[in-house]
Amino acid sequence: MTSAKEVVFKPLFDNNPIALQILGVCSALAVTTQLSVTLVMCIALTSVTAFSNLFISMIRNYMPSSIRIIVQMTIIASLVIAVDQFLQAFAYEISKSLSVFVGLIITNCIVMGRAEAFAMKNPPILSFLDGIGNGLGYSFVLIVVAVFRELLGSGSLLGYEILPLVSNGGWYQGNGLMLLAPSAFFIIGLFVWVLRSVKTEQVESAEFRIAPHAAHSSEGAF
Amino acid sequence: MEALLSLFVKAVFIENMALQMFLGMCTFLAVSKKVETAIGLGVAVVVVQVITVPVNNLIFNLLLREGALSWMGLPDLSLAFLGFLCYIGVIAAMVQILEMFLDKFVPALYSALGVFLPLITVNCAILGATLFMVERDYTFPESVAFGLGSGFGWALAIVALAGIREKLKYSDVPEGLRGLGITFITVGLMSLGFMSLSGVSL
Repeated sequence: MTSAKEVVFKPLFDNNPIALQILGVCSALAVTTQLSVTLVMCIALTSVTAFSNLFISMIRNYMPSSIRIIVQMTIIASLVIAVDQFLQAFAYEISKSLSVFVGLIITNCIVMGRAEAFAMKNPPILSFLDGIGNGLGYSFVLIVVAVFRELLGSGSLLGYEILPLVSNGGWYQGNGLMLLAPSAFFIIGLFVWVLRSVKTEQVESAEFRIAPHAAHSSEGAF
Repeated sequence: MEALLSLFVKAVFIENMALQMFLGMCTFLAVSKKVETAIGLGVAVVVVQVITVPVNNLIFNLLLREGALSWMGLPDLSLAFLGFLCYIGVIAAMVQILEMFLDKFVPALYSALGVFLPLITVNCAILGATLFMVERDYTFPESVAFGLGSGFGWALAIVALAGIREKLKYSDVPEGLRGLGITFITVGLMSLGFMSLSGVSL
């Protein structure tokens, strides 16, 4: 029996949804130019994952397996509609800068993946905690990426100036690349590298290895 | 016509779904190990995209938009909040229909695509294109051009990445970077390359 603590904390480092399961990468890259927007996105995703896990787990024994994907989709889409309406009502500016990415929580593989892999087999409370755990694992990566991008890109965190920019009479020359698309890929790539150097069991095995000292036999074999 | 062409080019190169908008990354990273499967998936995405974006455009303009139901005597009704539910329903249904159609009439392509067909439903590039279409308020012809362009751009990116990864597997990558890590960095470099196209306009 998996304990509640394990369910919440395991996705943070040992089984991180982004770095190991390759789930939910899309939004991880797109909403990380500003830390405040990232935080809202993390809260939105964590609550959707937790509640969709909870509801799906509650009805898992009454759901015919042939239509389960549609049922899951409907539950997730309804939750996302609720989150979207909430953001438009109480945080209109942030909901504008998130643009389509709130809607894209529906197709975020973390939500679907956890519903399918965990909530269909486990009781409601544990599933709820699993949703929170995976949401936190996702948030952790996003916040790291966003801190780097906002700090190095525009010299501030959450809108407060940390490194005074040259354009404002300070000394720091903002790195424009950090605000553009490619930097997110580089930062996540390096993040994966750091994580796997610490947790060496996550290293993928090489698909192809050069045979040692094969100079005589393999010449021209390609 | 010229405007539509420029919208198409913009969707393919400048606002590339995978490399500039980060959409459909999950499948993009997971299914790009072989060029052949990448081409199959790319074609399927283009087809689904060309159908779903215009269909969702019609649904939004004729049913959901504020005032769209005025012919029923409901001029103030806006059903826009039901959008997400409708769009994902259309996408799921389209993918299902396409699957049955291919199974019946083009079995070769059907078996080549295999498990990737149903996965297209949860590909964020598809839903993303629809949501961008709604947000930017495209007309029907524009939505066709945008659907075609965004699908084609995504297909182009995944085939290019698969080509790079086929060669990359022979290189000696540091241990922790192997697999996912180096793929991210490769995609970052590709994205830099695509940024240089941002000056292109017709």
